[in-house]
Amino acid sequence: MQTMTDNPMRTQLPQVAHARNPGMALDLDWVAAVQANTSAIERRAASLPGRRSVKKEFQAAWLLKAISLIDLTTLSGDDTVGRVQRLCAKARQPVRAEMLEALGMPGLTTGAVCVYHEMVETAVRALEGTNIPVAAVSTGFPAGLSPFHLRIAEIGESVKAGAREIDIVISRRHALTGNWQALYGEMAEMRAACGEAHVKAILATGELGSLRNVARASLVCMMAGADFIKTSTGKESVNATLPVSLVMIRAIREYEARTGFKVGYKPAGGIAKAKDALVYLSLMKDELGHPWLQPDLFRFGASSLLGDIERQLEHHLTGRYSAGYRHAMG
Amino acid sequence: MNIREIFDSMDYGPAPEGSSEALAWIANHKGRFGHWVGGRFTAPGETFATRNPANGQVLAEVTQGSAADVDAAVKAARGAQAKWARMPGFERAKVLYALARLVQKNARLLAVLETLDNGKPIREARDIDIPLVARHFYYHAGLAQLLDAELPGMEALGVCGAVIPWNFPLLMLAWKVAPALAAGNTVVLKPAEYTPLTALLFAELSVQAGLPKGVLNIVTGDGATGAALVDHPDVNKIAFTGSTSVGKKIRAATAGTGKALTLELGGKSPYIVFDDADLDSAIEGLVDAIWFNQGQVCCAGSRLLVQEGVAERFHEKLKRRMGDLRVGDPLDKCIDVGAVVDPVQLETITRLVEASDGEKFRAPCALPEGGCFCPPTLITGLSAASPLMQEEIFGPVLVSMTFRTPAEAVELANNTRYGLAATVWTENVNLALDIAPKIKAGVVWVNATNLFDAAAGFGGVRESGFGREGGWEGLLAYLKPSGQTKPLKPVAAVAAPSEPLVEGIDRTAKLFIGGKQARPDGGYSQAIYSAKGKLLGQVGIGNRKDIRNAVEAAHAAKGWGKATGALRGQVLYYLAENLSARASEFAGRLRDLTGRSGEEEVQTAIRRLFTYAAWADKYDGAAKSVPLRGVALAMNEPCGVVGIIAPDESPVLGAISLLAPAIAMGNTCVLVPSSVAPLAMTDFYQVLETSDVPGGVINIVTGPHGELAKTLAGHMDVDAVWCFGAGALSKTVESEAAGNVKRTWVNHGQATDWATAEGPAFLRAATEVKTIWVPYGEG
Repeated sequence: MQTMTDNPMRTQLPQVAHARNPGMALDLDWVAAVQANTSAIERRAASLPGRRSVKKEFQAAWLLKAISLIDLTTLSGDDTVGRVQRLCAKARQPVRAEMLEALGMPGLTTGAVCVYHEMVETAVRALEGTNIPVAAVSTGFPAGLSPFHLRIAEIGESVKAGAREIDIVISRRHALTGNWQALYGEMAEMRAACGEAHVKAILATGELGSLRNVARASLVCMMAGADFIKTSTGKESVNATLPVSLVMIRAIREYEARTGFKVGYKPAGGIAKAKDALVYLSLMKDELGHPWLQPDLFRFGASSLLGDIERQLEHHLTGRYSAGYRHAMG
Repeated sequence: MNIREIFDSMDYGPAPEGSSEALAWIANHKGRFGHWVGGRFTAPGETFATRNPANGQVLAEVTQGSAADVDAAVKAARGAQAKWARMPGFERAKVLYALARLVQKNARLLAVLETLDNGKPIREARDIDIPLVARHFYYHAGLAQLLDAELPGMEALGVCGAVIPWNFPLLMLAWKVAPALAAGNTVVLKPAEYTPLTALLFAELSVQAGLPKGVLNIVTGDGATGAALVDHPDVNKIAFTGSTSVGKKIRAATAGTGKALTLELGGKSPYIVFDDADLDSAIEGLVDAIWFNQGQVCCAGSRLLVQEGVAERFHEKLKRRMGDLRVGDPLDKCIDVGAVVDPVQLETITRLVEASDGEKFRAPCALPEGGCFCPPTLITGLSAASPLMQEEIFGPVLVSMTFRTPAEAVELANNTRYGLAATVWTENVNLALDIAPKIKAGVVWVNATNLFDAAAGFGGVRESGFGREGGWEGLLAYLKPSGQTKPLKPVAAVAAPSEPLVEGIDRTAKLFIGGKQARPDGGYSQAIYSAKGKLLGQVGIGNRKDIRNAVEAAHAAKGWGKATGALRGQVLYYLAENLSARASEFAGRLRDLTGRSGEEEVQTAIRRLFTYAAWADKYDGAAKSVPLRGVALAMNEPCGVVGIIAPDESPVLGAISLLAPAIAMGNTCVLVPSSVAPLAMTDFYQVLETSDVPGGVINIVTGPHGELAKTLAGHMDVDAVWCFGAGALSKTVESEAAGNVKRTWVNHGQATDWATAEGPAFLRAATEVKTIWVPYGEG
């Protein structure tokens, strides 16, 4: 297992410590052989929270780690410059300074800020002087049904505007109809359009119908060069779940075992509690190992998670339960 | 480590569960316990220490139960039994319901105490053992409620002795106590020497459930205490869970005593992974199969059989997974594997592993200093002949082999003396549902492992024991038909007259083996005379070798068990038809043999054949209501080869009453007919030959009951023996059966009314309930 320096100030840019996944030729035999037994996966997922527990200063450290992995996100139709600036300020200072001081972790930031294309420039400016990257959701987010050339062009626009990470959405219809060649082609073109920016493939797992499809779509996107695979847009009725996560990270593990390349994972939507974040971290640690506890291979797509973590951290420091109003809004 | 360092290392750190409440409970008893008899603790006697295997510290001193202690407990149980059994089911249900509630309300205390005493991870005690205990009492509260209406004509056995193991101390208590109490029995339970504490706590709590004094008694101690309970003359049933070697001793010790017996013994359960399985899920399943409770699980999937094409990849994945297992303080909420129960057990495991010449992989995980910790171990490169593929290790050690085809997987899976559980992983529903019935086991899990529920029967075949726990089938092991039995009056053979009357053409009845008549191996025959001194004919005197040949023929006919119930029914109807066509001949023969009219007996036998022809396609299994998205199928499978010692009385009807249910359910048989009137069944050869009964399904060996019963009961390839002969045969059969722990059904010298002897009891004896768990779901 590779160890890395975990300076919270170190670059959040992906694939610095590890070789970037170049993708590979589509291997349909491999895709066809993928299995995912739903009930077994659900049982494993259900028992996960009971199998691991972190307490006291370990819990505090893990929660701080979780903060460093958050893609602090706003993806609303009513986003404004002011709203995005506020979010970026929160990303720079996710926890009250004196708390971070007391915890011995001054300078901690979130992993990234995630916005729509129109807000990229605002975010980039607001984050100047930090190493916090801006991620843009793209390619006709969230449905991915705008004309293909426009989706590709959108990526280029966002990269030009300063986004260093692009969260694309896949065409669910390709996965639903088993047209893996089409999914592969689409993903490969999007990856190419990203250039140096790294690409997260949003599978919209809540719309893929089965865990088997999730596993296959994960694999095809990695073959086509995805740097990250991500569960959801946050707009589907079902977002990140533990069973889906288990399937996707098993696919990442298998891909690494066969190709040697590490691909990142981002669960998004539905992770709102500090306790949930701890479960995800232990899942990553146990299933994939320490490299996947770093921002270049793991992110939380979350908007309200940070608030709960802040309250837990204050409880750790004071021994008293905290209140939301004691922590700055994002 | 400070927070900054932990942030970098992302170590788990300690997450201990508090033990102060459990230790306070022990301290309140001054660390010394007597037995629980008649609703209170006795004064501690001669004591021994029970220790925490994680650190070797003494938890408490418990009393070594003497024969006198056992006797006092049995007396208390006897005193309470009649009243407890007379209570309406609702009254017993209320108590069982309260017990379930008490377990839930004291769940944390029970879980922590269990972990302290046993060494199992607190997660397992908290999330698996204790919830299953509560569920068992809830379920059996329901059975108590429904018993009167649903099982009329049945009554409690009386006082039940339970001897339970240390691997699931409280859960095994629940498995024994809940059905016993629901059925109206009272109980004397001996917990394992290593793990007596939760049983004592449970007993103390039971007062709050309103459990009447004496209904539940706990006597602590070692094997000698258990033996005293097993030997106690006033105990009506022994329910034992533990090792096969002790199970055999208990079978032998109780032989001929009339005590009912259920045994849940060891296993070497196969864990079969086909190449189309979800391999990652199969690996997680293995974690739950062999590293659950440090592998100290009778039904642990300890024998991995993986299809050759994926074996290498599977082993690689498995080794990686093993590296993530955390072995540590059982009270830590963040460990996977706790402590082995005792240094003696650790030494046994270590010795077995050391002796193996397979390729050993020990999980690279840190082991705590001191305490009984054993690394999760995988041994590959073994063959079926390797001792560790055959011997139960009872530790966190998995042995592995490959197979090529589904047929070979089944063959390897069944290449064992045991038959407790099996696991099958495949995404192919055709394959799964084909393989599950072919595996010799009481429980099969498809794409899952170690699923348990009170509604689903659990128990084994072969040397894994007999009897089921859970479900209606488990309750029946604590009931008997109500009413008094009468001693069986021996029927004497007609002695050779000084001047026999010989007339007609000689008819020679040989033995009937594999569908053909065969001369007795010994070359001896015996003359049979009518009551009036007429020579009726000679029958062969069968011997050991004839039994051997008959058993071989019965095995060769095993396709019978796979024939449809409808087809078996047709054959039984045909038998009835042909017997009916020759009814007067059989009646005349019976008159000659017994001196009484045989007409009614023959007519009843014909009706009986109809009864089981009817049942052949109607003794349905069940889909159990288990708390799972999936089905738990209770399948009634034939036992296999059944040896039948027919009664001396009712020579046709007795034999038919036993043969018909056996073959209706798909068994093949070796029948030893009435020793005083054997010709009644040698005449039956021609009926068999004309009724499309495949050769080998029914084999008939005439001869002395004593010798033939002994050979049949001792035969390692006979699955069950039914004995309705006279005298001490029951004892012979039960003690010989101890050799491979086969199921027996004997009359204990009590008479059977053959005119009415039919129905579910016969069908239950003719079948094994196999529970096949099939979780499902796609989404």
